[in-house]
Amino acid sequence: MSDAPANRLSDDLLRPLLQTSWRFYALVAFLGSIVLMGLGTWAYQMYNGFGVTGINNPIFWAVYVTNFVFWIGISHAGMVITAILRLVNAGWRRPVTRCAEAITVFALMIGALFPLIHLGRPWLFFWLIPYPSSRQIWPNFRSPLVWDFFAISTYLTGSVLFLGLPMIPDFALVRDRTTGWRRRIYGGLALGWTGTPKQWHRLESAMSIMAIAILPVAISVHTVVSFDFSMAPVPMWHSTIFGPYFVAGAIFSGIAGLLIVTAALRKFLHLEEYVHPVHIQNLGKLLLLMSLLWAYFLFVERLTVWYGNESAEIAVLRVTQKGSFAPLYWTMVVCNFVMPFSILSLKKLRTITGCVIASCGVLIGMWLERFLIVVPSLGHKYLPYTWGTYRPRPVEILITISTFAALVLLYTLFVKFVPIISIWELRAAEHPSPALLPAAAREQALGETQA
Amino acid sequence: MAHRWGMAVDLDRCTGCGACVAACHAENNIPTVGPDQAGRGRAMHWLRVERYWEGDFPDVRLKFRPVMCQQCDAAPCEPVCPTYASHHTDEGLNAQVYNRCIGTRYCANACPYNVRFFEFFNPQWPKPLHLQLNPDVSVREVGVMEKCTFCVQRITAAEIDAKAGKRELKDGEIQTACAQSCAARALVFGDLNDPDSDVSRLSRSPRGSKLLEDLGTLPKVTYLDRQTQV
Repeated sequence: MSDAPANRLSDDLLRPLLQTSWRFYALVAFLGSIVLMGLGTWAYQMYNGFGVTGINNPIFWAVYVTNFVFWIGISHAGMVITAILRLVNAGWRRPVTRCAEAITVFALMIGALFPLIHLGRPWLFFWLIPYPSSRQIWPNFRSPLVWDFFAISTYLTGSVLFLGLPMIPDFALVRDRTTGWRRRIYGGLALGWTGTPKQWHRLESAMSIMAIAILPVAISVHTVVSFDFSMAPVPMWHSTIFGPYFVAGAIFSGIAGLLIVTAALRKFLHLEEYVHPVHIQNLGKLLLLMSLLWAYFLFVERLTVWYGNESAEIAVLRVTQKGSFAPLYWTMVVCNFVMPFSILSLKKLRTITGCVIASCGVLIGMWLERFLIVVPSLGHKYLPYTWGTYRPRPVEILITISTFAALVLLYTLFVKFVPIISIWELRAAEHPSPALLPAAAREQALGETQA
Repeated sequence: MAHRWGMAVDLDRCTGCGACVAACHAENNIPTVGPDQAGRGRAMHWLRVERYWEGDFPDVRLKFRPVMCQQCDAAPCEPVCPTYASHHTDEGLNAQVYNRCIGTRYCANACPYNVRFFEFFNPQWPKPLHLQLNPDVSVREVGVMEKCTFCVQRITAAEIDAKAGKRELKDGEIQTACAQSCAARALVFGDLNDPDSDVSRLSRSPRGSKLLEDLGTLPKVTYLDRQTQV
């Protein structure tokens, strides 16, 4: 720890923890007031009844379920991407893994709120949980909503572990460099880490296990989310493609979210030395790949429905492609495919700004995609007499906005208390000293040469 | 022998008068939501009369179809409910336990017939309508789903009465509110397990078909189609 570059590295990366400007407090106050407004709106909805939203008969699910799927999708940023990059030992992942894993945890926490917000009687949500009841009533294990509960709680547990494990050496570093209350708190969080070879070995094994275990969990979570739709006999929901389609869409929007967060952290925390343009451009390439995959899934889904020519499904297809939902539909196609494809496939446009613009488009497009899965189908079920349409009301819009503010708030606080770039992993890459370093940190190098 | 309650609807007889809808509201304490909320799509009619025009002008024909819960044997609303609020009874009814419902509204999405309704607000009955609430039927609170029960309160009352009198139920002894109020006798309710009941006889009619039969929901309501007019 005595060499100068290593000290500079930890100085740079610990600076946000130790120095706080007035801007931080202003930002927290601003975001906090939006979040409080959202909570107030939710209380208003509970007090007055669900009728204050735009939900109606037959569109019983709308913006809240869209947000649920959207946030669970964003949460795939962390796990799938970093688990894969860790497993293939891609060197360029180092500066982005922790940002990504933190997105997962926070997006999941927010996403998991939406099934509660959208309940008619949210105070009884615990009936979804199998708990010992004196009347011996269990939840209905055939219901995809119960599968959701298990999938999300497993994923949240796994992702908290996956985020927390590699933070231990960094907490120890903070403990060793601070005094007073910080030393006590981070000392507790470091769980007695002293950096012995045995501890490194344990950390390495635990992280390999988690990286492998989290992948099937992440994929199953979004498959289960897609089952909420595909298990119901609703036109264009009841589709075999939904599992992989949702997983691909989740990873797609997850990468976009990760790219934006990484670029923002680089700019606002002055991490230009650690997050290079190539890191963001590599994420951009992944985004391009997922954009093509998403377009392929959309094409397959639409083409089979059109060929199948089943009257109820054709009604939904028509209303999205040509009818009242067409403006949203074609915005989605532009945001998710045309724009990212044209920006990211040209090397000249694949700059940091270009990648961020494409990612913003993808976030908008993927939100619309979920909305267009949920709403037009419900509005055009089998009996034309019952067709209906939907328009969001202020309550839904306010709650949606406040969850975005909640994510930024959680993230701001996280960056304040935890080194957002994994210091020991970065140091391991800069100064490989084989005697001390675990194999997980030893570089074999995909992509390292470019950085 | 267990009962299996079903209904037959003769579309040739239905005049679209709507008496069944009014009777259903009165019997089952279904709140009226007012024109404003109805315009937002919050109207609750456990039984509705769908109106379809058939043919091209001037050869048009009006078709009324009363649609209530089809009491499916393979009901899509039941497996999706996370709390068993929507479940199947021994007599084949799709029952809804209001107190167990937490309002996910998944059952309403899964129902291909859109015959499940959500309490968007706590129901209110402007005076003096509160005096006509049916004491045999619970009033639902905000945030729960509700639906046609085949007037289960009448079924249960008649069954208890028959059991107390140690006798079998007679065909026609139980009438749902809609069937009772239908002047044209378009709606016929009864036991499908009794081959001689009116409803069984009508359900076997060559004019009979089930609504959205191809979805495989196995409804217990049979619609007798209109016959071609010459």
